[in-house]
Amino acid sequence: MIGNEAVARGLYEAGVGVMSSYPGTPSTEITEFEAKYDEVYCEWAPNEKVAMEAAFGASLAGVRSACAMKHVGLNVAADPLFTISYTGVNAGMVICVADDPGMHSSQNEQDSRHYAIAAKLPMLEPADSTEALRFAKEAFKLSERFDAPFFIRMCTRIAHSQSAVETGERTCSAKPYVKDPAKYIMMPANAKKRHPVVEQRTLDLTEFAETCDLNREEYGDGEIGIITSGTCYQYVKEIFGDSVSVLKLGMINPLPIRRIKDFSAKVKKLYVIEELDPIIETHCKNIGVEVIGKELFTNIGEFSQGYIAAQLGMPEKACVSADTAIPNRPPMMCAGCPHRGMYYVLAKNKITVLGDIGCYTLGAVPPLNALDMTLCMGASVSGLHGFNKALGAESEGKTVCVIGDSTFMHSGMTGLVNIAYNGSNSTVIILDNSITGMTGHQQNPTTGYNIKGDPASKVSLEAFCSAIGIRRVRVVDPYNLDECEKAVKEELAANEPSVIISRRPCVLLKSVKAKPALKVDADKCRSCKKCMKFGCPAISIKNGKARIDATLCVGCEVCMQLCPFDAIGR
Amino acid sequence: MSTTSLMIVGVGGQGALLASKLLGRLLMGEGYDVKISEVHGMSQRGGSVVTYVRFGDKVYSPIIDKGEADYIVSFEKIEAARYISNLKKGGCVVVNTQQIDPMPVIIGAAEYPESILDELRAKDVDIDAIDALSLAVEAGSPKAVNIVLMGRLAKRFNIPYEKWIEAIKNSVAPKFIEMNLKAFELGYNA
Repeated sequence: MIGNEAVARGLYEAGVGVMSSYPGTPSTEITEFEAKYDEVYCEWAPNEKVAMEAAFGASLAGVRSACAMKHVGLNVAADPLFTISYTGVNAGMVICVADDPGMHSSQNEQDSRHYAIAAKLPMLEPADSTEALRFAKEAFKLSERFDAPFFIRMCTRIAHSQSAVETGERTCSAKPYVKDPAKYIMMPANAKKRHPVVEQRTLDLTEFAETCDLNREEYGDGEIGIITSGTCYQYVKEIFGDSVSVLKLGMINPLPIRRIKDFSAKVKKLYVIEELDPIIETHCKNIGVEVIGKELFTNIGEFSQGYIAAQLGMPEKACVSADTAIPNRPPMMCAGCPHRGMYYVLAKNKITVLGDIGCYTLGAVPPLNALDMTLCMGASVSGLHGFNKALGAESEGKTVCVIGDSTFMHSGMTGLVNIAYNGSNSTVIILDNSITGMTGHQQNPTTGYNIKGDPASKVSLEAFCSAIGIRRVRVVDPYNLDECEKAVKEELAANEPSVIISRRPCVLLKSVKAKPALKVDADKCRSCKKCMKFGCPAISIKNGKARIDATLCVGCEVCMQLCPFDAIGR
Repeated sequence: MSTTSLMIVGVGGQGALLASKLLGRLLMGEGYDVKISEVHGMSQRGGSVVTYVRFGDKVYSPIIDKGEADYIVSFEKIEAARYISNLKKGGCVVVNTQQIDPMPVIIGAAEYPESILDELRAKDVDIDAIDALSLAVEAGSPKAVNIVLMGRLAKRFNIPYEKWIEAIKNSVAPKFIEMNLKAFELGYNA
């Protein structure tokens, strides 16, 4: 199983009854696998805050619950997080958060452990699929014992690595819901009484960390000791096997004190090896234990066994390299991607485009170079409002934002309410491909289906925009370049807020049938390369003439509209 | 047994997932400790993709670093060269000679190094190059490139032929078994 499936299995075996999440690489599969168990109610929530609150509600009701998100999703859910720390739980609650060191598929590489410290909540970190299953299961028990939601922290290399696991049976135990205002109504008088409870809980958890088997010592020789956790543990074992002493931390917040001091006393030289920020290292230094950490091991990107060995001065392994430069192969929008047509129109008209999070971020790369900004979920819409308020008429007629359907539901819609309410003359383009694309096709409130693929209530983007007071709402087909261009020009010229819904389903959806591939008539092609300007991976120039790769082309016909010589056809 | 490391590299959408699934099933069946690691998400979209497969008595790291791979199975020509520094001295590369132009080549910003495999051979790299795409088409589908390459790889593995056949039967949908078995055979005998 991949680590994420193992987490799902652990949650399942521990009797999770409700799980609510928002997809985000590398966390998505936890919830997708959980949804395969019929006994568990699973859902895609519109965003991580809603997901965490739904999970909290289930816990309050007495049913074990979970939510999963990527590291930046935890930012969105931070508001409930900090106060759930005060209320504690009724039935156990597990929050799975997946970090992405190296930013394989993320906009930053923040370290989620800071949240555990800041919210004063316990956090477990598995180092392989076996531990992912075990820790997820254990987390529910501990959550009820210590009256706190437990974090399971994953990272890309644990989440997406497969190794063998042993599965067990599912056991369920519900708790009754009992009204308890002093614990669950966090108004100042009650919260003041809960804060000391939180502080005491951290002391209790620290004591637990001193002896629990989530942390373990593996003694080798007394020369070198290494304190580590998660995927770095595997790299350390890969290099040293059983020859050095290792303190492997499975619970990374709170960290033990006596245990670290005892370990350090048994080794001559002590290293802390951790990806991203110096969390363990800082703790060691705070308790007076001298360690070598970030002066040797960077806080940027992913580690590997080779990197760690090199930093420790070990010889590099022999390898060959190519002398010829190998051209990059960056990810790109697929052939027939419905986003491409709209991006072509925006780029052609030299429009400033504030972007958002999703496949359509790929509009930023050559040859389209269509984007000016990408920050976080929903920021395109709210950012556009501020941009236009700052520059007024100077920017209003030539600036738009683009946001996907799922991202719009996540946090773009509040920005649009702000545009309507505070009246900026902004043009918002919703790239509606009827699915959450980048994370691998998850349903969302605009698709009309739920996580299990069953029919569900469907948010009408048009009705929503109208209801909040946007009067100019129109729908265009991004495969029709003239229609898109007309809409963009007219809405930019209009003297009020407007929304263009650029609607066409993702070509990778099974329900979307490809049309026959197009061909280039070499006699008609005059090598003007106009068809190369919109970056379709199916089109290339061979021997001076355009050529269409029949295995990639889905027959979207957008390139036909670009060719001035009618050289492209069936 | 010490750990054996194998990389599957190619272009997003070429079917590396099925190849790693097949290998995982096969190697677990042989009683090895197996770790398979891949990256999902943004990098899938037509970008360069890599999957790590490691097996032995006890496998720790899920990834493969410079100079560590015993095998590189490449679904595309320049992808083999992109990861060549991961190859161990004496390791071997099984490569599909298919050429898929990356965007910088398509838009004319870079050139496709056509003779890259010869350059690597000149450096004493053991390159086993086959036209897996043609063989896959011969077997019945261009999508069977992955299984053709597995057939080629099987020649270098000390695992009985029948075990591979069994693993394929368990890894693909029933209606594609026959086609994939043919692809495997064509790769094995190429």
